[in-house]
Amino acid sequence: MAYTEALAVSYDHPFTVIIGLETHVQLLTESKLFCRCSTTFGEPPNTQTCPVCTGSPGALPVMNAEAFRLSVKTAVALNCRIPEFTKWDRKQYYYPDLPKGYQISQFDLPMSEDGWLEIADPLNPDDVRRIGIIRAHLEEDAGKSMHDEAAGKSDTRIDLNRTGTPLLEIVTQPDLRSAAEAKAYLTELKLLLMYLGVSDCNMQEGSLRVDANVNLHIETDGGKIATPIVEVKNLNSFRAVERALTYEVDRQYHEWCDTGRKLGDPGVSKQTSGWDDAAQRTRLQRSKEESSDYRYFPDPDLVPVVVSPEEVEAVRQALGELPAALRSRLESQYELKAYDADVIVNQGRAVVDYYETLAAASGDPRRASNWLQQDVLRTLNEMSLTIEQFPLTAAGLGELLKLVEQGDLDNTKAKDVFAHMLAHGESAAQAMKSLGIEQVDDSALETLCQELLDANPKTIADVQAGKMQAVGALIGQAKKKNPNVNPADVKRICLELIARM
Amino acid sequence: MTLTELTALELLREMEAGSATAVEVTTAFLDQIERHDQQIGAFLRVDRDAALARAGDVDRRRRAGEKLGPLAGLPVAVKDNICVAGEPTTCASKMLEHYRPPYNATVVEKLLAADAVLLGKTNLDEFAMGGSTENSALGVTRNPWDTTRTPGGSSGGSAACVAASMAPVAIGSDTGGSIRQPAGLCGVTGLKPTYGRISRYGLVAFASSLDQIGPLTRTAADAALMLETLAGHDLHDSTSADAETPSFTQSLDQPLANLRIGVVREHFGEGLDAEVEASVREAVRVYESLGATVVDVSLPHGKYGIAAYYLVGSSEASSNLARYDGAHYGYRTDEQAMRAELDAERKAAVQAGRDPEAIDSPLVRMYRRSRAEGLGDEVKRRIMLGTYALSAGYKDAYYVKALQVRRLIRNDYDAAFQQVDLLAGPVSPTPAFPLGEKTEDPLAMYLVDLYTVGANLSGVAGISVPCGFSSGGLPIGLQLQAPPLAEDRLLRAAHMFQQTTDWHTRRPSL
Ligand SMILES: [Zn+2]
Repeated sequence: MAYTEALAVSYDHPFTVIIGLETHVQLLTESKLFCRCSTTFGEPPNTQTCPVCTGSPGALPVMNAEAFRLSVKTAVALNCRIPEFTKWDRKQYYYPDLPKGYQISQFDLPMSEDGWLEIADPLNPDDVRRIGIIRAHLEEDAGKSMHDEAAGKSDTRIDLNRTGTPLLEIVTQPDLRSAAEAKAYLTELKLLLMYLGVSDCNMQEGSLRVDANVNLHIETDGGKIATPIVEVKNLNSFRAVERALTYEVDRQYHEWCDTGRKLGDPGVSKQTSGWDDAAQRTRLQRSKEESSDYRYFPDPDLVPVVVSPEEVEAVRQALGELPAALRSRLESQYELKAYDADVIVNQGRAVVDYYETLAAASGDPRRASNWLQQDVLRTLNEMSLTIEQFPLTAAGLGELLKLVEQGDLDNTKAKDVFAHMLAHGESAAQAMKSLGIEQVDDSALETLCQELLDANPKTIADVQAGKMQAVGALIGQAKKKNPNVNPADVKRICLELIARM
Repeated sequence: MTLTELTALELLREMEAGSATAVEVTTAFLDQIERHDQQIGAFLRVDRDAALARAGDVDRRRRAGEKLGPLAGLPVAVKDNICVAGEPTTCASKMLEHYRPPYNATVVEKLLAADAVLLGKTNLDEFAMGGSTENSALGVTRNPWDTTRTPGGSSGGSAACVAASMAPVAIGSDTGGSIRQPAGLCGVTGLKPTYGRISRYGLVAFASSLDQIGPLTRTAADAALMLETLAGHDLHDSTSADAETPSFTQSLDQPLANLRIGVVREHFGEGLDAEVEASVREAVRVYESLGATVVDVSLPHGKYGIAAYYLVGSSEASSNLARYDGAHYGYRTDEQAMRAELDAERKAAVQAGRDPEAIDSPLVRMYRRSRAEGLGDEVKRRIMLGTYALSAGYKDAYYVKALQVRRLIRNDYDAAFQQVDLLAGPVSPTPAFPLGEKTEDPLAMYLVDLYTVGANLSGVAGISVPCGFSSGGLPIGLQLQAPPLAEDRLLRAAHMFQQTTDWHTRRPSL
């Protein structure tokens, strides 16, 4: 149960949840941030390394301009300000998977600051919440330690393939008010990154990693108090984020009830914890070895980066249509409901493109939206395909929908034709032929209807008495005589004939 | 005249004319090393076979009429903090005693591309930290003019081998005077180019914003040749200067008309040896006699140079040397002994009722012991100084303040170079001092860089040329400094001096 519902029932003191997220995004570059080594995931350990990324004595970093370009693109899309001057700093700490003994990052002059991302309010989807972005800055990733504790040994093996991979760290203001909002923010952020093409956002491979800072502002008789801030590290799925935050909110509330400890009390400092997915709980990490004095200073091996306003403007011009703008365009241009526009946009740019072609070819954007969401997406899901792999082109499917739109084909038959097109790679017309579905022209249909009316005078009388639905009885008979007739057409023509009588 | 007495340019001419082969030249220097390095200790490693094989290859290609590089067959000694692929690069530290880099430094690539012959690796103060080459963990280097004295440092091995005719040229590195000061104390020519003029890629970093590679030679003309070969922007070093490399050897003989030489007032104060002062003043008079105007100038913030240098340099060093932790390469403590020690300490803690978890983790203990055992005292001293200067609460008072002072020092230079073309003064306060004299007094040792650190803090070019001898027969050096990228002027002025004087031609008797 999300805490928002729980809030109403099980807490004595009302409180506000304060959440800020730090998201590490692995940028989609071919090579690392400061050397030319490949960033491909899953290669044998230490095969993607060079003197620079292993921190060999004497080696020097040289910035990958593509990584910087992708980060500017992201920051601009997040409505950040891009300062003209940014520099590289060293963050010093000892860890075996940090070969130089420091990480190259941006500290006091990050490449962007002061932006925002709009998300739909989970409590009221028609409302928009604007989440502040403090900064997005670039840094290099560390390597991986693999602990081998088999047979009483405590060996650790180090894989430096990941070392030096470009990460963009996106830090929000503490603007998020619930686990659901945190999830909504991450979902929107991920979608934006996918649209920008700056990251593959693959959480299993660590391309998107989240740390969450959370505490509560509890209203008490004595006024508002804040609980100690806890940073939950390395959340590697949206579900983990949501659950960890929900758990942590409840835990902090009860800890406050038990101990009364609050932010600002002597000895209370920010704590770090990890999410234990198996146990479904956060676990406090020992803070003893964590020294927060990183002794930042400007990296003397790297020259500062200067970005002109013209360069930023050029990036802005080349951004392309982003999810929020796309949603509102789909709503206005195709008269879609917000919900439908959202579903389509959330599928990514390729699906949007598919939809737009389908809408134009079918002549009925709403029908196109329904078919896309129900038939196409369902099929993709069942067959585990991407839209690019989908065998039916948008134009081809559009032809089918146009036939439905024109009344040449009813919905039930159209589904059969759709299945046949998919299975045999035929066009709508070919599939209809293969299935023995023929279009019945109006004069043949009129003859058929006249015959049926002649045989059913009671129906005529009922209709003339105002019971229009009496025509329904004739549709079944018409279909028996000719399976290809369109029920709507039968109904329309019968009514027309009766009216003329 | 024996081959080992010749300058690099003379040797190249001999080989080009066919009057000596590269093998003969290389053999002559290798033999000189064999005869005298026992006594001097300039080299940490000499690979006779590899050097001769390479020299033989140059001769073969010359006979075949192939086009050869500008240093074809010239033996070159390289300071052992510059990476040569697959060869030990020790930085004279126990930490890297058995380390072999997987790649060549850019300067080494350039030397090889120019068809130079690598003679071997020269001794230095550990990680280039020191002014006497006594901080080497792998042996002491002695001054060829007086083997009871130091050759200076940290490029003491490179200076001593050129002085002792064991190499015609050597490559050194200069972070606060580490080329110029030993060149001065050994009576050779030492050039610290403009910061960034020669790529640092493959130079094991001491203080990245100060480090500069440069040549130690017999003459300014040889220094011009070496700079011309080694300079240039390097895609592997984003701090390398993106400037054209002029033909320094071509412009060397052009006269310097209306030369204005600034004599830095503050470089003739307290602490300057009287004989050094007399020689340097005499050198300035030589320039006057050649038509130069001498101007009295001031570098008012120079007095803070040593303090700023030790804060900036040590801060960067504390960071650059963090990688020597025993985890990835280099020295690692004996793990079994380390574990046994840790287990014993934890047991003792339990018995005493203390928390055993409060003691190091095995990882932290491995770091501690590896660094404690692998690094020498001077290196540790600077790491601690730098760590302190960068730490929260002290950074503004030390590191940031030092950067501000550095800016003021650079401004002083800019102002001085508005008035004059070059600055002239002593290289170091005294001639070569006895071995052991300053080893117990780090602050006294730090003062040997008094006149040289300014060039590193401000990034300007500097050169040391021999300008006299003390009554005890020890060389004295003249320092000339020029604005950034004005090495042509610097080298022409040094060459002009060497055309007029013969101090640079004197050699110690070994
Ligand atoms: Zn690499």
